[in-house]
Amino acid sequence: MKRILIFMLIFPSTFVFSEGSVNYVAQSNVNLIWTILAAFLVFFMQAGFAMVETGFTRAKNSVNIIMKNLIDFAVGSLAFWFIGFGLMFGLNSSGLIGKPGFFWDGFLINSDGSLNYWSFAFIIFQNVFAATSATIISGAVAERIKFITYLIYTFLVSAFVYPIFGSWAWNSLFSQGGKGWLEALGFIDFAGSTVVHSIGGWLGLAGAVVLGPRIGKYVNGKPRPIPGHNIPLAALGVFILWFGWFGFNPGSTLGYSDNLGIIAVTTSLSASAGTLSAMITVWILKKKPEVSMTLNGALAGLVAITAPCAVVSPLSAIIIGLIAGVIVVFSVLFFDNIGIDDPVGAVSVHGVCGAWGTIAVGLFAAEPYGSVNGLFYGGGFRLLGIQALGALVAFLYAFLIGLGIFKLIDITIGIRVSRKEEIEGLDIFEHGIEAYSNFKITHN
Amino acid sequence: MKLIIAIIQPNKLEEVKDALNKEGISRLTILDVEGYGKQKGHTEIFRGREYEIMFTRKVQLEIAVRNDKEKEVVVETILKNARTGNIGDGKIFVLPIEEVYRVRTGEKGEDAI
Repeated sequence: MKRILIFMLIFPSTFVFSEGSVNYVAQSNVNLIWTILAAFLVFFMQAGFAMVETGFTRAKNSVNIIMKNLIDFAVGSLAFWFIGFGLMFGLNSSGLIGKPGFFWDGFLINSDGSLNYWSFAFIIFQNVFAATSATIISGAVAERIKFITYLIYTFLVSAFVYPIFGSWAWNSLFSQGGKGWLEALGFIDFAGSTVVHSIGGWLGLAGAVVLGPRIGKYVNGKPRPIPGHNIPLAALGVFILWFGWFGFNPGSTLGYSDNLGIIAVTTSLSASAGTLSAMITVWILKKKPEVSMTLNGALAGLVAITAPCAVVSPLSAIIIGLIAGVIVVFSVLFFDNIGIDDPVGAVSVHGVCGAWGTIAVGLFAAEPYGSVNGLFYGGGFRLLGIQALGALVAFLYAFLIGLGIFKLIDITIGIRVSRKEEIEGLDIFEHGIEAYSNFKITHN
Repeated sequence: MKLIIAIIQPNKLEEVKDALNKEGISRLTILDVEGYGKQKGHTEIFRGREYEIMFTRKVQLEIAVRNDKEKEVVVETILKNARTGNIGDGKIFVLPIEEVYRVRTGEKGEDAI
């Protein structure tokens, strides 16, 4: 009764119906409102990515980073409208791909000619998710990729690469009657550790490999740090991302759900644990609680809990986050050491910790949080195997397709800016303006 | 006429400036500079990797003086007020000045200082 009273306050119009229909109408209203509110939170993550990437890179490339993060949302949204959404959520009868349906054709109108209001809410939520995946790549290829190249691949990613993998894991969310082959196996990726983050991270890895390191990153084969120019901005970005994640994970319920609070709790606990363990790891290794790695630790915890957030206990969430925070430190140093230059750690945070979170489902999933049990809760190896398979397939799919796309772009129009442009800054050459004119910038 | 160039610790600037004013030397040009000497640099960490910052920030003072008496006052004042006793306290250079002009009036020589 208390709940009905609250609904009455929020949605007075529903009470023109009889008492019996009240709950039903209120539920669908709440679903719609929660889904679009969560979409707005996830949209704000775009600002978070822009700030993290700007802060962790040099002042001379700030305008370029901002333009990439702005334009990938714009291009990505239109690409997702053009064909991406259809590929991801159209009827997937083969398990491999959704029936395209260009421009959302067939999704917006019910068979009786009325508008399908739910479709619009679902579309905006999925739209901001697709943009998140595309924008992750930006960090890994920062400070050396041609802007026009970025436009081309961001279109390809949002129109094809992201949606096709998405249709394997999430197609049934839109209830067209089909099912992707991974979800049919029982693959669990609640809010997208794999679908969104790993795919973005592995595509970024492909980009970083094809591009090669920034000038000055390696001296006589030894990695040299290229310090970011604005740590407070990077920190603001991480806070914004953490905030946005409360839409990303709890929003993936796509409506009212009794476990909303649980998902918010596991999400935040894992982020806290990741922050702490990354800080302690780097403190032990380098004798200082270093800020950029600690910030990455928060994101590592968030990415890792994204798949398991709805199926694990709070204690498991803490363990998952703790491990993610350690993984991210060693992963960043590893990629640095083998000659892959990822200026902001996007590959380690999103690719590697996304894979970890996906596999963690197979270890930590437990009733009654979820409906299945992982290895540590008596579920045996079956779920773990499926999760590992999904993570592996995501790596092979995104990394190989990414290599293909970036290589193709490289041999046709060229992927990298000129040496002169890279040294003097992408801002002036690509965009004709400095980020901080009238503001002293020291050389580095 | 001499030009006194002093490189000092940035946090000593206020004291030196006030002391110079007290001595009647009411003119000063300063520059933000970076460099290294015996003090060397310091280590920073970014993304888990340490690196050396060789250049330490200092403030450079430039004061033109008319005669040796003024020069003594300025040098003594800076020596006294900029000193912490640690490595990195800086240097004072005294250079001869060939000509000086005041832009507003066109005055020349000592009158222009």
